Amino acid sequence: MKNTLTIAQKEFKSYLASPMAYIVTGIFLVITGVFFGISSSTYLETSIRGFLESGSIILLLLSAVLTMRLIAEEKKLGTIELLLTAPVRDSEIILGKFVGSLGILLVMLALTFYYPLLLIIFGDPDLGAIGSGYLGIFLLGSTCLAIGLFASSLTSNQIVSAVVAGGILFALWFIGVAANYLPEALGKVIHYFSLSYYFPDFVKGVIDTRGLVYYLSITALFLFLAIRSLENSRWS
Amino acid sequence: MIRVKNLTKYYGKRLALDNISFNVEKGEIVGFLGPNAAGKTTTMRILTGFLAPTQGEAWVAGYSVLSHSLEVRQHIGYFAESVPLYTDMTVRSYLEFLARLRGLDKNRIKTRIEDVVGMCHLEEYIDVLIGKLSKGFRQRVGVAQALIHEPEVLILDEPTVGIDPIQVAATRRLIKELSKERTILLSTHILPEVSMTCERVIIIHEGKIVAEDRIENLSAMVAGAKRIRLEVEGPSQKVLERLRQIKGVLRVRYDGSHYTVEYPAGQDLRSKITQAIAQSGWTLLSLEAIEMSLEDIFLKLTTEEETDQ
Repeated sequence: MKNTLTIAQKEFKSYLASPMAYIVTGIFLVITGVFFGISSSTYLETSIRGFLESGSIILLLLSAVLTMRLIAEEKKLGTIELLLTAPVRDSEIILGKFVGSLGILLVMLALTFYYPLLLIIFGDPDLGAIGSGYLGIFLLGSTCLAIGLFASSLTSNQIVSAVVAGGILFALWFIGVAANYLPEALGKVIHYFSLSYYFPDFVKGVIDTRGLVYYLSITALFLFLAIRSLENSRWS
Repeated sequence: MIRVKNLTKYYGKRLALDNISFNVEKGEIVGFLGPNAAGKTTTMRILTGFLAPTQGEAWVAGYSVLSHSLEVRQHIGYFAESVPLYTDMTVRSYLEFLARLRGLDKNRIKTRIEDVVGMCHLEEYIDVLIGKLSKGFRQRVGVAQALIHEPEVLILDEPTVGIDPIQVAATRRLIKELSKERTILLSTHILPEVSMTCERVIIIHEGKIVAEDRIENLSAMVAGAKRIRLEVEGPSQKVLERLRQIKGVLRVRYDGSHYTVEYPAGQDLRSKITQAIAQSGWTLLSLEAIEMSLEDIFLKLTTEEETDQ
């Protein structure tokens, strides 16, 4: 636990020391801001739907970029040798890196708090829906980061990592769309595995336990796979 | 302190370590000598838990690298050949990070950082980004990192490669200093380094241990082992055979023009050899003594293996 926090802290700091996190956060804020503006001024909605819906898709992309260096860079520079020869479990390394990137996600989301704040000042928004929306985008984001971290553990090339992560993320997002073209029974099953299936509920203000379980278990699955992939490097 | 038993490592199909075994006793400083790609780094990486062996086992400070890897890593200070450093961190934050991972508490981290920074002469650079340091200073940071948790065992993989001679001398002095209270396994492909710093040497080549002895014995060999070079007129095969029959001769080689004869220190076989040649009816054209250096021993052990086969 202590080691996980030590690594998380180090990762968080090195995010802050590199331009990447600022660029990613900047893009996230600009695009979600525009969509939030459009949805609230054009459609006169007092909800953060515009932010959440645009934000979810952008998160897919940005998390692939945000996580690509986590392990791939350590492999490239050889610093992975430091971590793997320190008295630290492989799971602590992966969790530490995950928590570090989660920190950046939290900062990104915290910087969007002025959207609901504006709504509260100038209107009367449904606070429950805002809360569940934030929970949904946080869960989705953490799932994306876990997938990105797994991709990063597979390679020493950051570009490859980002492409693999993007591939997995978009595949999982759009299998929901593909499922519509399949026979109904099969399509329904595939729907359950889609990253995009549960998200609209959260936006609407419904916290569905199935959605919670889904995001948490996909996150856990990919963290587990990342740990195995790291362990595997000792046996090469 | 370090026990290695029947260690074998394959990288895919390539055999990197072939069933090696050796021990390093507490307080010893042992040189691990071999050409590049001999298996030094692989052995060290197995000892430090970075790689798992394909077969065999090893123990450090009484803990098995297979079943108690975390404890092993806690007891080892490791300087990796590639000098892995986070270039976006300052020397201080880098050392602090690794000290924390190795379980040091806050107060101890502070005093230990001061200690190792002093030992490695990094005082002026403690708040400089590692990426801005020159190669020599990075090397020192790598050494400082290995010492931060006062490990009982130090594993140093080529700690003097790529730095200037003055820094090499300083590093060797530091290693010598450290060896007073620690067990050290030091790998190198530079021969004088071993004779300068180590008590015992293990020579490894193509994944096998080809020699293991105390430096004094090896130096005795260096100073005393006799090698002479002969030029003989006569049928080479028969000359070789005859020379090998002489009592006391260790090894005879023929390179197409000259015969090289080796015999142990303290003996003089020259007259016996010349007599044997004369008695067989051949002519001795020249005879000269060759001094043998550690370099020769090394080359002999590592290259002759192949020609013998």
